[in-house]
Amino acid sequence: MEIITSEFFQRALIGGILIGITAPLMGLFLVLRRLAMIGDTLAHVSIAGVALGFLIGVYPIGVGLVFALAATFAIEKLRKAYKSYAELSIAIIMSGGVALASLLFSMGKGFNVSVSGYLFGSIYTLDDTDLLLIGIVTVVVLIAVRMHAKELFLMTFDEDAAAVSGLPTRYFNFLISVLTALVISVSIKIVGALLVSALLTIPAACSLVIARSFQRSVITVVVIAEIAIISGLVIAGVWNLAPGGTIVLLLIAMLLLLLSVRRKFSA
Amino acid sequence: MRADQQQTMCHQNVIELSNISFSYQQKPVLEHVQFAVRERDFVGLIGSNGAGKTTLLRIIVGLLKPDSGSVNLFGQPIGEFRDWNRIGYVPQKNVFNPLFPATVREVVMSGLYSRNKLFRRVTKADGIKCDEALHAMNIEDLAGKRIGQLSGGQQQRTFLARAMINNPALLILDEPTVGIDTETQQDFFHLIKHMHQHHNITFLMVSHDLEMIRSYLGEEPKGGSGKLKFYVKHSHEIEDCVETNLTHSLKDLRHSMEREKVGAGLGNNN
Repeated sequence: MEIITSEFFQRALIGGILIGITAPLMGLFLVLRRLAMIGDTLAHVSIAGVALGFLIGVYPIGVGLVFALAATFAIEKLRKAYKSYAELSIAIIMSGGVALASLLFSMGKGFNVSVSGYLFGSIYTLDDTDLLLIGIVTVVVLIAVRMHAKELFLMTFDEDAAAVSGLPTRYFNFLISVLTALVISVSIKIVGALLVSALLTIPAACSLVIARSFQRSVITVVVIAEIAIISGLVIAGVWNLAPGGTIVLLLIAMLLLLLSVRRKFSA
Repeated sequence: MRADQQQTMCHQNVIELSNISFSYQQKPVLEHVQFAVRERDFVGLIGSNGAGKTTLLRIIVGLLKPDSGSVNLFGQPIGEFRDWNRIGYVPQKNVFNPLFPATVREVVMSGLYSRNKLFRRVTKADGIKCDEALHAMNIEDLAGKRIGQLSGGQQQRTFLARAMINNPALLILDEPTVGIDTETQQDFFHLIKHMHQHHNITFLMVSHDLEMIRSYLGEEPKGGSGKLKFYVKHSHEIEDCVETNLTHSLKDLRHSMEREKVGAGLGNNN
């Protein structure tokens, strides 16, 4: 149990709690706009950035962030080229990211071990810079969402109506993309690139089961993510399990529980 | 606003389309569409599938740019138009996911979130406007329900309440009766006819339901282009036209509807 009082665990807990606010929040917007797969795509592209960062000796999460931002623009461009097959752009960028990452892995043979930390998460290795960056991203996301809560709701519910109300829909689409890229690139060290989309989508999936109003679903996603992250970290710490995997499996367990409870209620 | 100014405004063009053309990947959808909607017109835009109804609507509200031609809204070129809260918009019914977590109240309130409201907080006055719109559409009991749980007719009323919350001068409806049973369609049509006759609102309604449109707007289209037809009825009574207190009108809508119903009921008994 002494692991819980250790410094690296406390750091992990702080980082996890911060990500537990922003990741499900952005995930809710993405899921409701039918863009659930974007999280996965950006995470995979981020990994290519992380690999490049190791290769050229620049802060890996920083390079991953730049890559994720670039990917959001590329997705938007491709979406315009294939108007009626928007999901195609997501598939292309995702495989492009993985391909680039594997290429960069093979170029720098020595750092394979540290890169795998970004694939599956290595929350216990969070350093001060990582925590600071996560903190800044959390503040930026919270300010932006708080400031534009009502516009983001309308954009998510009915983008056409938002445009007819004269809202700058391009700006808001851009805002959502950029915030998502920020959140994902700082999240991958915590749950891993392969699992980050779970943190975005499963809380939203849970809220669709139980929440009636948008306001409540915003609260629901954060509460569910925090429960999974805090208890997941403690469980993983005590029994020496992989933290990222534990958190995601807990999220899935909560979703199944909610689904079965609802069935009992409605029956 | 002075009464004489109001008088001249009664006849202004709310929408002016000059020579609009649009094509999707080289396939022309709209060719040289020319039409004007005057204040207090009820315009039915009729056309078969693929005739370009929705495309034209999207051009009118600025969601699409025409390849050539120009759109004026309330006398201003669309590029300079900023009074978006003068336009109420009712989308097609199946525009949202039925699981979407939003209450009727949240949806109706969202009618207020226009460009003019950016960076402003939702106030008590906004809440009161919302209550009035809910009341006018007779859905105040549903305010806390999730929008997906409602029947088709109730959802329509919710979207109409959202469109009405700003007391718009122009109400645009995009196939509002698709996927709704006949009886509910008739109720809905009755409601908007009433609004047209008793309120200072101009209507543009896209529909493929020729029968319903003709029964109100007459047999002959007033204009058209390709497969698109414009049916028009102008409801113009000076005393309504001068009425500027639209908030009052919205509040009054349900009462006047109910009075009408009672009157009709008595008529039947005789």
